[in-house]
Amino acid sequence: MFAYVVRRLGSAIPTLFIVVTVAFFMMRVAPGGPFDREKQLPPEIEANILKVYNLDKPLHQQYFDYIGNIIQGDFGPSFKYLDFTVTDLILAGFPVSLRLGLAAILIAVVFGVTAGTIAALKQNSTFDYMVMGLAMTGIAIPNFVMAPLLALVFGVYLSWLPVAGWNDGALQNQILPVITLALPQIAYISRLTRGSMVETMHSNFIRTARAKGLAEKIVVVRHALKGGLLPVISYLGPATAAVITGSVVIEAIFDVPGIGRYFVTGALNRDYPVVMGVVIFYAVLIIGLNLVVDLIYGFLDPRVKVE
Amino acid sequence: MEATTTSKNSNSNGAPILSVRGLKVYFPISSGKFFVPPIPLKAVDDVSFDLYSGEALGVVGESGCGKSTLGRGVLQLIEPTAGEVVWQGHHLEGLGPKQMILYRRDLQIIFQDPLASLNPRMTIGDIIAEPLTVHYPELSKDERKQRVAKIMEEVGLLPQMINRYPHEFSGGQCQRIGVARAMILRPKLIVCDEPVSALDVSIQAQIINLIQDLQQSFGLSLIFISHDLSIVRHISHRIMVLYLGNVMEIADKLSLYDEPKHPYTKALISAVPIPDPEQEKNKQRIVLEGDLPSPLSPPTGCVFRTRCPIAQPLCAKEKPPLVDAGAKHQVACHFWDADIR
Repeated sequence: MFAYVVRRLGSAIPTLFIVVTVAFFMMRVAPGGPFDREKQLPPEIEANILKVYNLDKPLHQQYFDYIGNIIQGDFGPSFKYLDFTVTDLILAGFPVSLRLGLAAILIAVVFGVTAGTIAALKQNSTFDYMVMGLAMTGIAIPNFVMAPLLALVFGVYLSWLPVAGWNDGALQNQILPVITLALPQIAYISRLTRGSMVETMHSNFIRTARAKGLAEKIVVVRHALKGGLLPVISYLGPATAAVITGSVVIEAIFDVPGIGRYFVTGALNRDYPVVMGVVIFYAVLIIGLNLVVDLIYGFLDPRVKVE
Repeated sequence: MEATTTSKNSNSNGAPILSVRGLKVYFPISSGKFFVPPIPLKAVDDVSFDLYSGEALGVVGESGCGKSTLGRGVLQLIEPTAGEVVWQGHHLEGLGPKQMILYRRDLQIIFQDPLASLNPRMTIGDIIAEPLTVHYPELSKDERKQRVAKIMEEVGLLPQMINRYPHEFSGGQCQRIGVARAMILRPKLIVCDEPVSALDVSIQAQIINLIQDLQQSFGLSLIFISHDLSIVRHISHRIMVLYLGNVMEIADKLSLYDEPKHPYTKALISAVPIPDPEQEKNKQRIVLEGDLPSPLSPPTGCVFRTRCPIAQPLCAKEKPPLVDAGAKHQVACHFWDADIR
């Protein structure tokens, strides 16, 4: 298995290289530049600025310089957040997004899997229809509606929780962002779990388990869940990557200092190093989490050989 | 090759080990319309039979005639709609999974699709041992392992295969695992639900012989479900013929094959190929017209009348009861002894 992990990590290098290359040139193809202003700068000053950031060199030269820098771990300075390097920005924001994201994913798995499993076992019952109806609603309501709604109800009307703000990560400030992040995930995971569990519970080996005389609880937990959760595990890889890198909407509405905003502000400002930095960061997370998913797969299903 | 009818059938004069009376299994099928109640699909309709200790009862019939449903209904793996299932004096009908645990160690089942019936995520050692953990939790790990090794040997599996997963085995080996899993509790009755229909012909014989050997050495009672008349003839002492969930005929093997009384049984037996070209050429084949009617709307009266070569007006009006037609021979036909045509 160790050899498998090493091989997978090795094969991640070309993937990352392609991601970096495509992202680099796409950024440059996009019209506009980091120092475009409504008011035209005097040409000498603009030339000076471009020179400072090496933007005056030919594009292929810039590309090779950039590749050389990131191999040494230098992601460059931000063009907009002066005095900050890209690494500084990510290191400051990521712990916040990670904390919220992990809490949200954990809650989503616990509630989603439980609700989905019960719905599958009571297929076509009132509970089933209720859970699946709620889940559909959860998927359909966008977070920019859910976030202000929760802030309005629990922050303004009930005054139980702060409307927004971070307050150095106090628990009550985290609750609403975590719930907003978790709700669509709960909905999605419960639907996935239900679908897959309904199928598993109808398979022949479940009939065998019942014929052995096993209690229904053991039939579900020992025989059905392991297989029934495989689709959820596959979904969790990319979903975790997406959730722990924060959501620009949720961070903006609840005023959370995560890294989600850099994805959008970086792109809008043509802040090339920041965009490249978050793209690489995101790609590394996706690759890493997919590897974890595959390892868990091999553990849950002996037919998938991790070698 | 042939099972001797008398060998393990000595008990057949005593009390039956299993009595099934008027068993009905209906499935509600949604009519697809609002406000129209679901229609019952009569998979098994009023089936009664006795099974004696050490006896092998063959159940034959076309696909969809309710053979498998009957087997599962007897074991309460499907809840019967009505009727009695009496196992050694205890009523099983209506018992939930919890109360059934007491009887599961005596009543086991071997399923049709060998690979799909094994949990792909468990080693075969765990699969075979699992019934022990439920029914004999007092056994130590080592004792369990010993019993698993012993049963694996009995069914012809090598003990070193214990840590492999089902997908690493062939179909025949998977069915041996299925047999081991059923046999490890030393049950008294095994329902064999088409145990070989998914297997190669050469493997079929091995599994059939294995089941027969186990039956004879442990005095097992068998309910052997199959659509293959040759296999049923080989393994059974008595045979029950089902059609659309109804018993057409039930008799000792020899009596049924030599003197079938029911027109349906006659047609079935005439369809069995004879492994002798001369005889096969001269054989009188009775070909049934039409298709099996839908069990959602079975024919009135006798369910077989729509395809019966000797059907009479009475058959549409009255359902023929199962009547004695000789020693240990019962038939459900108004005209079994009439000379029509």
